[in-house]
Amino acid sequence: MELIRGKVLVSLGDHIDTDLISPGKFLTSYEPEYLGSICLCEYAPDFREKVRAGGLLIAGKNFGCGSSRETAPIALQAAGVRAVIAEEFARIFYRNAINVGLPCIECPDTLKSISVGDEVEVDLAKGIVVNITKSMHIVGEPASEKLIEILEGGGLMANLKSRLLSTR
Amino acid sequence: MGMTLTEKILARGAGISSVSAGKIVTAKINRSVIQDALGPIVYRKFRKLNTNIWDTNKISLVIDHFCLPGSIENAMIIDETKRFSNDFGISDFYDMQGVSHQIIIENGRILPGEIAVGTDSHTCTYGALGAFATGIGSTEMCSVLATGELWFKVPKTIKVTVTGKLANRVMSKDIMLRLLGIIGANGATYKSLEFTGDTISELSMSSRFTLCNMAIESGAKNGIIAPDEKTEEFLGQPINMISSDQDAEYEQEIVIDASILDPQVAVPFSPANSISIKEVEGIKLDQVIIGSCTNGRSEDIKIATEIIGGKKIPPNLRCFIVPASNKVFAETSRLGYLAILAEAGCIIVNPGCGGCGIQMPLLEGETCLGTHNRNFRGRMGSPDSKVYLSSPATAAASALCGKISDPRGFSKFDDKSVEKNNGTD
Repeated sequence: MELIRGKVLVSLGDHIDTDLISPGKFLTSYEPEYLGSICLCEYAPDFREKVRAGGLLIAGKNFGCGSSRETAPIALQAAGVRAVIAEEFARIFYRNAINVGLPCIECPDTLKSISVGDEVEVDLAKGIVVNITKSMHIVGEPASEKLIEILEGGGLMANLKSRLLSTR
Repeated sequence: MGMTLTEKILARGAGISSVSAGKIVTAKINRSVIQDALGPIVYRKFRKLNTNIWDTNKISLVIDHFCLPGSIENAMIIDETKRFSNDFGISDFYDMQGVSHQIIIENGRILPGEIAVGTDSHTCTYGALGAFATGIGSTEMCSVLATGELWFKVPKTIKVTVTGKLANRVMSKDIMLRLLGIIGANGATYKSLEFTGDTISELSMSSRFTLCNMAIESGAKNGIIAPDEKTEEFLGQPINMISSDQDAEYEQEIVIDASILDPQVAVPFSPANSISIKEVEGIKLDQVIIGSCTNGRSEDIKIATEIIGGKKIPPNLRCFIVPASNKVFAETSRLGYLAILAEAGCIIVNPGCGGCGIQMPLLEGETCLGTHNRNFRGRMGSPDSKVYLSSPATAAASALCGKISDPRGFSKFDDKSVEKNNGTD
């Protein structure tokens, strides 16, 4: 799988729940653009502006905990997040993110080793994040072959379509 | 090496003789549940696949989040669910009859040993029947609708052994809040929580559902309780008495002594921020909600009635009662509980997810105590409001006093309609 290279634009702490990422109370449309416009709108009102140019997000433990709403990774993606590096992901969020084509990598010490503004390169298959700015790398959890296959194909829907075609 | 209950169910679903934690399996799904708030993403994606549903008898569609709808946008989402149900011939459709989790367990849509997935994270509730049940996203649900199967990484299991007799007015919610306080909001991430011990055997099915309902609040993949005679009686049919092997491998064992447990309260903004009620007594409240899929069953409303009955809710507090389903509403209505609560000044609300969401919104600076499962910042209104979580007994006592209060000191209302009934599930 291709390496993901980009600038870290936003840093969030521990236990960022999907209600913060995709507030249910403002959910009036499922269109990605709208979901992106309300992403983290109360918790980090400047989030949208910061990620608009496209880049990476770093976070602490239990990122994406709570509700199973897939609108959370869709919102992050639509707002401009190209990949998420976190110390730990809540599992429903992690699966949802991969399924909608948002790469996620779990690395302990993310917040100690990476800062906003750093240029990083993510190797999902090897589970390595190279911090180009700081000339160091951190080792995380490699994504399984199954997940790489889903991401490379453009998400679970594309993967499912090709699986259905091959069985017809 | 033996297998845990969760491992046995996943092995059976995958059609293999054994699995161990960490292995990735593809298992057949016995029940798929789609709720209204996350349904449209499923429907729109599924229609584009131009394929058939693997088995329409294994799908349940439930309108519970937008109940009552309260807006044109929500009414349109409900209409979209109806159209999907009609177009694909899904007859197991519940239009505002209660919270999906309560509907599924009441109607026997999942049995011990089976596998259920749902587009709501609290799908883990059904684990109390001895099933493997977990929440999934909308795209994965699309895949399940098309193929009837899903991949799972077999989770490691944490054994939660609960022993001893609970004190009067201390409930299973208090056990669960205590457990969350011990392990934290990520203490069981991608793991299974298996509840066992003499206290669990003594609990009613209603109380067991409360435990498994909140498994996700520790990040757990699922919560599970081995089925027994009570499970069989609840389901009203002979069941498979599946259980963990004696030599099953657990990642960790946590022992909780229920006999010394105080009522617990989770303080903002995490269900895992639980502490003894002694540390939060006296916090002033603007709103109390008794109900939800966590604690909106007949036994919950019964204990609230025992505490609140014959007294008056103070005028500066809103106390909402939200039965988990229409069946619960009808039962508690027949038993007179709802009338007693209404006479005390409680506001009886239609069954549904409203209490946990935005239908009883909190203003800036307001404080709510609820019996539901999440107290995340801003989820129920202003980001500057606060939500505490507790058992129905604690919530009822607190509603009467207008502040967080210990339920153990409250006398029992002795109206005959309450007294004559013991433990209806």
